[in-house]
Amino acid sequence: MATSVLEHRAPAMPHAHPKTGLWSWITTVDHKRIGILYGATAFLFFLLGGLEALIIRLQLTGPNGKLVDPDTYNALFTMHGTTMIFLGVMPLSAMFFNYFIPLQIGARDVAFPRLNAFSYWVFLLGGIFINISFLVGAPPDGGWFGYANLTSSRVIPSTAAAPAPGLNIDFWVIGLQILGIASIAAALNFFVTIVNLRAPGMKMLRMPMFVWMSFVVQVLLLLAFPVITVALIYLMMDRNFGTSFFMPDGGGDPIMWQHLFWIFGHPEVYILILPAFGIASEILPVFSRKPLFGYTAMVFSGIFIGFVGFGVWSHHMFATGMGPFADTFFSLATMVIALPTGVKIFNWIGTIWGGSLRYTTAMMMAIAMVALFVIGGLSGVMHSSAPADLQQTDTYFIVAHFHYVLFGGAIFGLTAGAYYWWPKMFGRLLDEKLGKAHFWLMFLGMNATFFPMHILGLNGMPRRVYSYPEGLNFEFWNLIETVGAFVLAFSFLIFLVNIIKTWMGPRNAPADPWHGATLEWAIPSPPQEFNFPKLPQVGSSVPQWDARRAAGGHLPEPALVSGEGIHMPNPSFWPLMAAIGVNLTLGSLLFIRQLPYWYGLTLFGAAWLFVSVYKWAFEPAH
Amino acid sequence: MAQAATASAGHGEIDEHHWTSTGLDTRKLAIWGFIGSECLFFASLIATYLVYRGKSLVGPLPHTESQCMMHGKMQACEAIFEIPLVTFGTAVLLFSSLFVVLALYGAQKGDRKMLITWLSATVLCGLFFVGMQVYEFYHFFHKGLGYSTNLFSSTFYTLTGFHGSHVTLGVIWLSTMLVLALRGKLPPEKALNLELAALYWHFVDVVWIVIFPVVYLMR
Repeated sequence: MATSVLEHRAPAMPHAHPKTGLWSWITTVDHKRIGILYGATAFLFFLLGGLEALIIRLQLTGPNGKLVDPDTYNALFTMHGTTMIFLGVMPLSAMFFNYFIPLQIGARDVAFPRLNAFSYWVFLLGGIFINISFLVGAPPDGGWFGYANLTSSRVIPSTAAAPAPGLNIDFWVIGLQILGIASIAAALNFFVTIVNLRAPGMKMLRMPMFVWMSFVVQVLLLLAFPVITVALIYLMMDRNFGTSFFMPDGGGDPIMWQHLFWIFGHPEVYILILPAFGIASEILPVFSRKPLFGYTAMVFSGIFIGFVGFGVWSHHMFATGMGPFADTFFSLATMVIALPTGVKIFNWIGTIWGGSLRYTTAMMMAIAMVALFVIGGLSGVMHSSAPADLQQTDTYFIVAHFHYVLFGGAIFGLTAGAYYWWPKMFGRLLDEKLGKAHFWLMFLGMNATFFPMHILGLNGMPRRVYSYPEGLNFEFWNLIETVGAFVLAFSFLIFLVNIIKTWMGPRNAPADPWHGATLEWAIPSPPQEFNFPKLPQVGSSVPQWDARRAAGGHLPEPALVSGEGIHMPNPSFWPLMAAIGVNLTLGSLLFIRQLPYWYGLTLFGAAWLFVSVYKWAFEPAH
Repeated sequence: MAQAATASAGHGEIDEHHWTSTGLDTRKLAIWGFIGSECLFFASLIATYLVYRGKSLVGPLPHTESQCMMHGKMQACEAIFEIPLVTFGTAVLLFSSLFVVLALYGAQKGDRKMLITWLSATVLCGLFFVGMQVYEFYHFFHKGLGYSTNLFSSTFYTLTGFHGSHVTLGVIWLSTMLVLALRGKLPPEKALNLELAALYWHFVDVVWIVIFPVVYLMR
C-alpha cells in the first residue's frame, strides 16, 4: 500500500485525518490520491473500450461477419470512440496532471483540492452513467461525433408511423455534458495551479515541459468545452422540445452541428496528444542524459499548436462542400500546424542525438511515440489537402491516421509515463523484462492492427460499416488487423501482470531511480502527504540536475520528515455529494419528455447540489 | 507582485501557506479563468443566433410583421420586441454593476452601512432584471412565440434564457453575501469574497451589453 510509510509516522502527524480505509479515499482531497483514483478508473474504462474494439475486430475478421448485428456494431464503434477519448485518454492524462503538476512545480497540492475531488467524482459518475446505457439496452449509436441529423431526430411527437427513437443518443448527450463539467472544473483548477503555485524561482520558462504542455491543454479545455456544451444543449432541445437547430424542415442546418462539434473536436485532438508530447519531453532528456534540445522552441511550438488548433476545425468537413474559400483557408491552416509539430519532432531527435541512451521501457515507449506519431502526422498532412481528403473521407485511411496519432501518439506517451513515474507513485519499479515484452508486443500489435488500415482505406473500404462482402480483396488485411488487435490486447495483459507482480513485490524504488531532472525526484517515493517539507527554490528548468551537480553527482536519499506545522487541506465528502447532485440534476434530463414526474427528480438533484455547494463553501478548508 | 518581490528577497521569509507565484489570490485567478471559459459559451450562443438570423420559416419575428400560426390558422402577427421595456431593464442591470462596486468599496473600508445599502440595491436590480425577463418571456409566449416556433424563438430563448439563469445565479450569490454582511461576517479582510461575486456580476452585465444591441437593436 502506498500509505504504509505514512502509517509508521502516524503518531508524529499533527492532525488526525484517517490515512487508510474506504472513507479516507472517499473524502480525500490529496492530489496524489485523486491522481491514483483517476488512473485506476480510467484504466478500467480503457480496458472496456479495448474490449469493444476487439469485438469490432472479430466482426470484421472475415467477409459477411455475423458476430454482431448492424445496430450493435453502431453502438460498439460509438462507445469505443467515446470511451477511449472521454473515459480513457483524457482521464489518464488527468492522472498525470493530478499527480505530477504539483510535484513538478514544487507545490503541496493543487489550487483547489476539493474542486479536484469534485472533478474526479463527476467524471466517475458520468462514466458510469454513459455506460449504464448498455445495461438498459440503449447504448449510444450515433458515432462519437454525433452528427445531426442522425442524432437530432425528434422524440416528439411520436406516431405509430414515426415512433420515438430510443434513449441511446440521450445517454450520449447527457453523459458528455456531465463529463464536460468534470473537465472544465479540472482545467480551471490546473490552470490556476500552474499560474499561481509554482515554487519560488520557477518562472514560466523554467517549468518542466510536461507542465507546459499540460498548461496549454488546460487552456484548450477551458475554451473548447463550452462550445460542445452549447451544441449538446441544442441537440437535446431538438430531440426533446421540437426545436430546429439542426433540422432542415424548420430552417435549421445540420452542418451547424458539425461546425460547433469540430470547433470543440479539433482542439480536443490536441487535448489528447499534448500531454503525451509533454511526457515524451520529460523522458527523452533523462534517458539521453542531455537537456531537452530547444526548450524555448518546444514551449512556443506547443502554444502555437494549441492556438492554431482553434482555426482548423473545418478540415473535418471538406466533404460537406464549404466552397473554395473555406476549403483553402482550412487547408492552409492545417498545413501550418505541421510546422510547430515538426519543430517538436526535430527537437526530440536533437535531444537524443549524441546522448548516452539508456533503453528502459519508458524510453522505448517514448521513442516509439515519436516515430509512430510521425506516421500519423504525415497522413494528417495528406488530409489537409481538400481534394485528397475527399477521396479519403469515411474510409479506413482516416481510421489508420487517427489511431497512429492517438494510439501511437497518446497511448504510447501515456504508457511511457506510467513506466517512468510508477516508482514515484508507488515506491516500486515496474519489472523491466515484462516491460520490454509489453513494449515489443504493443509495438508489433499496434502496427499490425493499424498499418493495414491505410491500404484498406486507399482500396476503398468504408469505415463505420458493419461488414463487407467477399471478393473486394479486403479479407487478408482485415485478418491481419484482427490478429494485431489481439496481440495488442495481450501486451496489455502483460502490463497487468507486471502491475500485480510489482504490487506484491518489495518497495525497491529510491527517490530518484532514473537520475531525473525535475523536482518530483527530489522527494521520497512515494511522496509524503505534503510533498515538500520546505518549498524548493528553483534556479533553472532542471533543478534536480542542479542539485545533483552541486552534490558532486551523488545525492543522499531524502529523509522522511514529520511535517509538523504544515497545514494540509481537510478531507471533505461534499465534493462527492456535489458530484452526485450534478449527476441527479443532469441525469434526470434523460427523461425530460416524460412530464412532469421526472422534473421532480431534476429539482431534487438541483436542491441536493445547492445544499452540497453551500456546505462545501462554508466548511473550513484547512 | 509585491509578494513575489518580497519572496525573492530571501527564501526564509516566505509564508509557505500563502505563497503564490504571481501574488494574486488563487480564487480571483480562478474566476478570471472561469470568465474566459464562459466567453466561449456565450460566443457560441450569440454566433448561432446571428447565423440563424432571418432564417425563420414562419413568424412571429423580432422586428417585422409576419405570417404566423395562431389558433390553428395562419394569420398576420406583429413584431415581437418591445424595445423601451428591455432598454429600461438594461439600464437597471448596468447600474447594478456600479452599485456592486460601491458595495465592495464599503466592504473594503469596513463601512457596513454602505456595504449593506449598495449590496441590497445590487440584488434588487438583479431581481428586477430577472423579473423583467420572466415577464418578457411570458408576454412573448402569449403573442405566439413558443420555444420551438421558429429559429428566432429557439435561438433567442436559449441565448437570453442562459443569460437570465446566469443573472439568477449571480443574485443567489450576491444574496448570500448580503446575508453574511447583515450578520457581520463580511469584514474588510474578507472583502475579497464579495469581489469574486462582483467580478462574476460584471461579466454577466458585459455579456448583456453584447446581447442587447445584437439581439434587440440590430435589424
